[in-house]
Amino acid sequence: MKKFAVVAAMATALLGSTAVHAADVEVIHWWTSGGEQAAVSVFAREFDALGEDKWVDTAIAGGENARAATLQRILGGDAPGAAQFNPGRQYEELISGGMLLDLTPLAEKEGWADFIRPASISEACLVDGHWWCVPVNIHSWNWAWASMPAFEKAGVELPTSFDDFLTKAPKLKEAGVIPFAIGGESWQINGAFGVIQTAMLGLADREKILKDKDLELAKSKMADVFTKFREFKQFSDEGSANRNWNDTTNLVVTDQAAMQIMGDWARGEFGVAGEVAGTDYACLALPVEHPTVSTGGDIFLFPKQSDPAVEEAQLKMASMMVNPQVQALFNNAKGSMPIRDDVDMSLADDCMKKGLEIIKDPANIAVDAGRWLSNDTTGQMNDLVAQFWADDSMTVDAAVEQYVNILQTAE
Amino acid sequence: MSQYAQSSDAAALVSTSPPRRARRKFNVMSIVGTTPMILTAVGVFVICIIFSFIWSFTNSKLFPNFNFVGMDQYNRLWASDRWRISVGNVFLFGVCSLVANMVFGYLLAVFMDQRIKQEDLFRSIFLYPFAMSLVVTGLVWQWMFDPNLGIQSAVRQLGWTDFQFAPLTNQATAIYGVVLGGVWNGVGVTMAILLAGLRGVDAEIWKAAKIDGIPAWRTYLFIVLPMMKGALLTAFILQCTGVVRVFDIVIAMTQGGPGVATQMPAIYVIQHITDRVNVGQGMAAACTMLLPVLAVIVLQGVLQWNAKRKKEKAI
Repeated sequence: MKKFAVVAAMATALLGSTAVHAADVEVIHWWTSGGEQAAVSVFAREFDALGEDKWVDTAIAGGENARAATLQRILGGDAPGAAQFNPGRQYEELISGGMLLDLTPLAEKEGWADFIRPASISEACLVDGHWWCVPVNIHSWNWAWASMPAFEKAGVELPTSFDDFLTKAPKLKEAGVIPFAIGGESWQINGAFGVIQTAMLGLADREKILKDKDLELAKSKMADVFTKFREFKQFSDEGSANRNWNDTTNLVVTDQAAMQIMGDWARGEFGVAGEVAGTDYACLALPVEHPTVSTGGDIFLFPKQSDPAVEEAQLKMASMMVNPQVQALFNNAKGSMPIRDDVDMSLADDCMKKGLEIIKDPANIAVDAGRWLSNDTTGQMNDLVAQFWADDSMTVDAAVEQYVNILQTAE
Repeated sequence: MSQYAQSSDAAALVSTSPPRRARRKFNVMSIVGTTPMILTAVGVFVICIIFSFIWSFTNSKLFPNFNFVGMDQYNRLWASDRWRISVGNVFLFGVCSLVANMVFGYLLAVFMDQRIKQEDLFRSIFLYPFAMSLVVTGLVWQWMFDPNLGIQSAVRQLGWTDFQFAPLTNQATAIYGVVLGGVWNGVGVTMAILLAGLRGVDAEIWKAAKIDGIPAWRTYLFIVLPMMKGALLTAFILQCTGVVRVFDIVIAMTQGGPGVATQMPAIYVIQHITDRVNVGQGMAAACTMLLPVLAVIVLQGVLQWNAKRKKEKAI
């Protein structure tokens, strides 16, 4: 009898949940560092405040791991309610496979196409006239973070170009500062490489190589990039192997290192540490001579669910994420730029204002390489650049040859 | 266990008036009981391997498909520096950690065999690393090897300011750092197995050796060691399986770096199936990993068959 009662209770509970009621929406993301957590809790707080629905947080350290978990769970039929990806080709097969909730009706009602800018950000989610995901921020890789006390200690000015930095680096080293902070993970190394590549090639040639796969141009230009990149290695510290990006940023925060090339998510770490832009640290938009902004970032997609209550909650969450108020709070914590112009930016610090100024001119926008290259190709480039960085016996010619080969076989 | 079941079955067949119902029940039950295992074995091992093999010849991305591309995936696999380095690494890691495990495991076992006080305590201490996840082991060793946090900085603070010990930061030595972590984790269990083997050797042998005036170390090396083949083989095979699937300790200690210096085949497979969304390439790598294992199985089969034939001839 008792058993029956339990079963009956469970059955009613299950039945109850099919009616539109409060729902739990599980969100998979990889925001685990201090600044990132501060940002994601803005989303969670705002979503919970909307009503009965609950934000269920599943943070998985490391983008690769989080994306892998999401893909496996969608394929395995246990899809999360929402999942973070980077804009680009990471989820193209989820769209073509019909596994995602179509957000078009909501987007048309709220007029997303009118306020989400620049086009390279909205294009990541707007595929064939349908909205498949929500862009939440614009992250640019093209930044260097410099510790002003570290440069003062060595008695040198902030660098005005990469070459200028390389000439000042020995002085920084003499002063007991790590001139160039970098973490040994392959994506960090390849990211810094990409920034140097953008600076040396210019946006037009970069696009020809990465988008149009111009092999001849790659052969003639990439050798210089690899050569220059190797010059930076002598100014890195020996502890860089396998170091997280935020531990690396922390070296700059604590003035042990002079400079790190890292995307603007690093700004969140300075914020959490209570540092002030312009006095404690400087943000250099790269290349310093002609600053650009790359349009990476994060998007959230919503896998299809069988439960209508969850689906309704998913739409609420999507709407919340583009809300101007939430955009302002979230991006301030995250260090990124909002995906719309009309947010209250009175809280924005100097670095974000700098970025927003640059992004106004479409000529300054470096489209994120992930838009053109599949995960597979990016992964191969990560491997190559990391190997080149670690292995001094690998010649520039060999690296260029492999680089061209990767481009040639890319789809 | 299976031997016992067979013999009781045979006895039931021979007896003149078998308890029929009971026998049938037993058979049905044994079939019912083993069905899940048979299904799992066939499903997981045979069918999945067949599909992996088929997909390794396709250009499958996220979803497996059947667009055959011939040997393309294998060509790309062997053209990749990272894969070739991985294969070299798994052999280097395998040989180093097998040798170190067996040697130190045996030495520890001999040490424990000296009727020392607190044997239980020491055994627990040596076995303890094996009870820990390789991820934890890997992280702890990573910290110890970190030049800014670990052994190197500790010794430098003691006064030896040019002391250098940071194997994981140098791509030539990183793999040995990983071997060290792996051996620390696995040596205890080798010791436990070999200690059991040592204790299984008849005490009469020791007495005989003593009477003949053979020193203890020679007894251990030339008399006792060859007598504990079973324990040695068990420890060896256990370590071998650990080597082929080595994954977590590398992820925890180096993530395959610096560069690609400590990459392993298993990491290549997992990364391509998951984040890099290239199932075809991952399957090609997985099938290639299977080859040496198959070769060993076939070799063992041939040897067994040969031995059996010789035996039959002798009769």
